[in-house]
Amino acid sequence: MTEPTGTDRPGRPVRRRRPRGAVPAGPVRASAHVCQAASCLSASSDQVLDALAEQVSEAGLTDVAVKRVGCLGLCAAGPLVQVPETGRLFDRARPDDLGGLVEELRAVRPGTAPGPPAPFFARQVRVATENSGRVDPEDLDDYRARDGYRALETALHAMTPAEVLDQVVGSGLRGRGGAGYPTGLKWTTVAKAAGAQKYVICNADEGDPGAFMDRSVLESDPHRVLEGMAIAGYAVGANRGYVYCRAEYPLAVARLKTAIRLAGRAGLLGADIADTPFEFHVELRLGAGAFVCGEETALIASVQGGRGTPRPRPPYPAVSGLWRSPTLINNVETFANIAPIIRNGGDWYAGIGTPSSTGTKVFALAGRVVNTGLVEVPMGITLREIVYDIGGGIVDGRPFKAVQTGGPSGGCIPEQYLDMPVDYESLKQVGSIMGSGGMIVMDDSSCMVDVARYFMDFCREESCGKCIPCRVGTTQLHTLLTSICEGSATLDDLERLERLSDMVKQTSLCGLGQSAPNPVFSTLRYFRGEYLAHIQDRTCPAGVCGVANREVVRQ
Amino acid sequence: MSVYTLRINGTDVAGAAGQSVLDVATENGIEIPTLCHLDGLSDVGACRLCVVEVGASGKLLPACVTAVEEGMEVTAHSDRLAAYRRTIVEMLFVERNHICSVCVANNHCELQDLAASLGLTHFELPAVNPRVGIDASHPLFAIDHNRCVMCTRCVRVCDEIEGAHTWDVMGRGIDARVVTDLGTPWGESPTCTSCGKCVQVCPTGALFEKGRSVAEGAKTRRPFLPYLKRPGEAMEP
Repeated sequence: MTEPTGTDRPGRPVRRRRPRGAVPAGPVRASAHVCQAASCLSASSDQVLDALAEQVSEAGLTDVAVKRVGCLGLCAAGPLVQVPETGRLFDRARPDDLGGLVEELRAVRPGTAPGPPAPFFARQVRVATENSGRVDPEDLDDYRARDGYRALETALHAMTPAEVLDQVVGSGLRGRGGAGYPTGLKWTTVAKAAGAQKYVICNADEGDPGAFMDRSVLESDPHRVLEGMAIAGYAVGANRGYVYCRAEYPLAVARLKTAIRLAGRAGLLGADIADTPFEFHVELRLGAGAFVCGEETALIASVQGGRGTPRPRPPYPAVSGLWRSPTLINNVETFANIAPIIRNGGDWYAGIGTPSSTGTKVFALAGRVVNTGLVEVPMGITLREIVYDIGGGIVDGRPFKAVQTGGPSGGCIPEQYLDMPVDYESLKQVGSIMGSGGMIVMDDSSCMVDVARYFMDFCREESCGKCIPCRVGTTQLHTLLTSICEGSATLDDLERLERLSDMVKQTSLCGLGQSAPNPVFSTLRYFRGEYLAHIQDRTCPAGVCGVANREVVRQ
Repeated sequence: MSVYTLRINGTDVAGAAGQSVLDVATENGIEIPTLCHLDGLSDVGACRLCVVEVGASGKLLPACVTAVEEGMEVTAHSDRLAAYRRTIVEMLFVERNHICSVCVANNHCELQDLAASLGLTHFELPAVNPRVGIDASHPLFAIDHNRCVMCTRCVRVCDEIEGAHTWDVMGRGIDARVVTDLGTPWGESPTCTSCGKCVQVCPTGALFEKGRSVAEGAKTRRPFLPYLKRPGEAMEP
């Protein structure tokens, strides 16, 4: 494969070369994993990779590999470089200051045992992201060296589709896109649906503010998602798959393209996969920046080339989806869990987490927490462990106020539930949802009315406009919330806010509208006092809203 | 074909497989308010006026796209539904600039009729007052976006009956608008056949014929589209 180079070719835009590092042909004594995912790249980790490869070669370390890898997790401290032999993580690496790293690599001796992992990593259990930061996302051989495509080959050679379904059902895996629908049940429904042509779609239209789990998986380990899709295709009887990825993820798109091409060339996608009659073709479809296209019926409309608007269900896509054929739609992270389930068995996966929420969940930890980044934890872990043990607590030691999960469809969880286990049921019980995995930590400098207004502004912008309750309702709710923030609302407005929120939730066509009032409900439930302070005392307890921070309603 | 028995508002009714709750209710004289629905066009379930409570849990489903099932318990009218429906119509009135007194469809307007039948006496919600335009470039017809409720009947009739697909929707959320040929002025549209079906199916005065007075604004004057049935009129045999 030839890398795009910076050489000028007439009529073509100059593309920046994506550096690939330097891996020696002979035995490797030590290696440096340099993160080349979006967050570290934005901090010039490509220059770090180039500089390190050069300095290692200048130092005459011919048995040291400088490797391009995906996300190492601790995004806030990038660019990140890890030496897996010693377990040391070098953060905020600079191309002109890599001496310590080169010395570390020089000092590695065979048999060096890695030191204890940092607290950020100690509590994590990696399943979906097991290869993130370990394999080169643009190298198929590297993925295969870590059991890549072995699950697909096992499924094709040694298992019937029904046996694959059994493992997925037995794993207890639930959809990682947000709603938590049992994956095995969905697969079985599609497998049983009548129709000669069936499809598999991977929903990579991640859009929640502050969430980047799917992007990270695609940028770090794209083959794992393709492998999961191919196994799904075999299990449900589909021979075509689509990855619907948002165009705002150029690196994920580029790596997916590379992965699809390499897998096709190696006979792992396309016709006669792994020397069996099974065929599975994967195509990429790019979204044009619409949050609603993460809703499955809108996504299907968009893949078909239509306007990305949802339609009423039933019929569900499992029965009548893409081109009216039975269609399996799963999220990126769901597919990323499939290969390990087939390799290790459904029972192994069901042994992780809690009985009703099995396995692990990837969270994008963001907001006012010390260690922002990507974490994968077993279900049932408490919020306190995520925020304080893994996240390192609140920035500047300020008091914790709430954690927002589930993005614009979720809610804010206050301090009294910090010791609640993180699983689908518990989160629902306290008025939030698991969602796709965004987790925004807030301290006392956040105003909860302002938070509700922010998410309502998002829903208003992203409403497709098809149904009236969502189209007009989100605008009206945003106007009401703005008037509360500005101190011009009355108690009647608060009552109207609750009534209108209920109406939008009950009558909207799709999940976007039905869940748009959730941030309002949950902040009203736990922080009603803040609403009353804005209305009755004309003050914002957090000091966020007010005349100084006035924002004119955009019409 | 299977026939199911279900209950709507406590009355036992029979419906054939594939029929919608709305169809069966209408056959049995139970009136459910609708706006985006029009007999003869595909249903999109967008206006949410026809939502009914189904089952013991009272789950809300749009009657126009919900197929009848054996033993279904449907409540088509309740205080809760009436409040939701009133709010929906109120939202439409405040969304754009609906001024009945100067509208060609005054007294022939389905939105106006809905407001009257649902008892919408005043508006609580603030008006959005958007600046929206009028396209009068077509020689025979014009569209006043101030009066459009985005029911997309024009889009569907143009696509499904006339086969021209001149109309479609552009923009999203509250900024969504119906447009001709990707935003080309209607008068310059190469695909419009000037058949006037869109004008006939429009529930409000958004689409209207030029050169007619308010009193002539009724779109039911002649059986223009015998295969489409508008509320309150009998289907042509």
